[in-house]
Amino acid sequence: MDSKLQLDLTVNGERRSVAVYPMARLLDVLREDLGLPGTKEGCGEGECGACSVLMDGQLVNSCLVPAVQAQGAELVTIEGLALGGELNPLQRAFVACNGAQCGFCTPGMVLASVDLLRRCAHPSEAEIREGLAGNICRCTGYVKIVDAVQGVRP
Amino acid sequence: MRGQVPDCAVQVPGSLQEALEILAREPGRWRPLAGGTDLMVPFAAGRLADTRFLSLQRLDVLRAVEPDPEGITFGALVTYTQLRQHPYVQRHLPNLAQSARVTGAVAIQNRGTLGGNLVNGSPAADTPPSLLAYAAQVELTGLGGARWVPVDAFHTGYKQTVMAPDELLTRIRVPRPEPGFHFYRKVGTRAAQAVAKVCLAAYVRVEAGMVREFRVGLGSVAPVPMRARAAEAVILGQSVDRLPLAEARAALMEEISPIDDIRSTARYRRIVAGNVLVQALMELDEALSRC
Repeated sequence: MDSKLQLDLTVNGERRSVAVYPMARLLDVLREDLGLPGTKEGCGEGECGACSVLMDGQLVNSCLVPAVQAQGAELVTIEGLALGGELNPLQRAFVACNGAQCGFCTPGMVLASVDLLRRCAHPSEAEIREGLAGNICRCTGYVKIVDAVQGVRP
Repeated sequence: MRGQVPDCAVQVPGSLQEALEILAREPGRWRPLAGGTDLMVPFAAGRLADTRFLSLQRLDVLRAVEPDPEGITFGALVTYTQLRQHPYVQRHLPNLAQSARVTGAVAIQNRGTLGGNLVNGSPAADTPPSLLAYAAQVELTGLGGARWVPVDAFHTGYKQTVMAPDELLTRIRVPRPEPGFHFYRKVGTRAAQAVAKVCLAAYVRVEAGMVREFRVGLGSVAPVPMRARAAEAVILGQSVDRLPLAEARAALMEEISPIDDIRSTARYRRIVAGNVLVQALMELDEALSRC
């Protein structure tokens, strides 16, 4: 039996420290150890994007990141977007365009969209589809999600 | 499912020397772990026998990208995102940029590494066909020193490589190709995320109407990523006006050894691989006639 690791993170702007196993998945650390269940597990294999979070400014699948590799990282999860209970402009666009149906893919879809819009302020439809290609939605058919990303007003 | 997590140990060496010492002390015991995009999948599913990992995350020396007049050297930890965004890669190695672009999607590309794509040893990996078409080499480093191996000789069997248990793949060297024709095509179920059914990368250099250089790298059609040497031999030295397309296609279909699996059938792969080669040569013809 090997010992746990003291993992120091900045999560949604807040410093957190938690004792976890080094090979625990970042996804489980977020949901179970840090009490942030907004990040979802879909496939657990890096295919569906439901577990997407931003780690040091980059979009990652948190199911594929071992805790040890998140040491010192700055994370943004879906809980970090709506500050003070106020949805951010992208989230409002998802609501306005019906970009969410069952909602399970939505946290990952929104984080992937945040990442895309940071890299490319006015993406074309093709750029949106490529930016969100790693996020699978079984409800919407994607059209309304693309509409939401295109329709975001800051 | 994740019962093995508490039983695992991870070392995080701060230098390459320290990493190599750990490997040399207990060869084969510590599994190198780079971006995790391959290893974490079987690990989380309980299908990975390893419980001791050597996380390479602090080895920043392996993140360097160093272009020079003769070519470019990538550290093994260079990610797909770095590859596809690098101006040198976009300009001189478009097949490599394209293969990085079609590997997974953004989140995978941010974490997955070029070295990992090679060491993982999958015959369906997306970058090896491009590296083969560009005659790339890999550097394997142990405590005793480093050796360079052509990518063509790196994979020896399904998920097997020439890398010794006390070695790390440290760098990838790609010579700068002369101006020529580059072709990359991955055939998968969908454009994003899918594992290739067939992948083909080609580089062609034509001089005075004759094919002077021609290399074809293939994925998903054999136990290892492979060069299509028989098809190359058919085309090399030929006049571009009379390329023996049918003969090259037949040679390629003969030299590959695809299998039936969950993604495709041997028959489909064999036919499509031959067709994609013909497509590459026809596009070469179109590119030349535009000049």
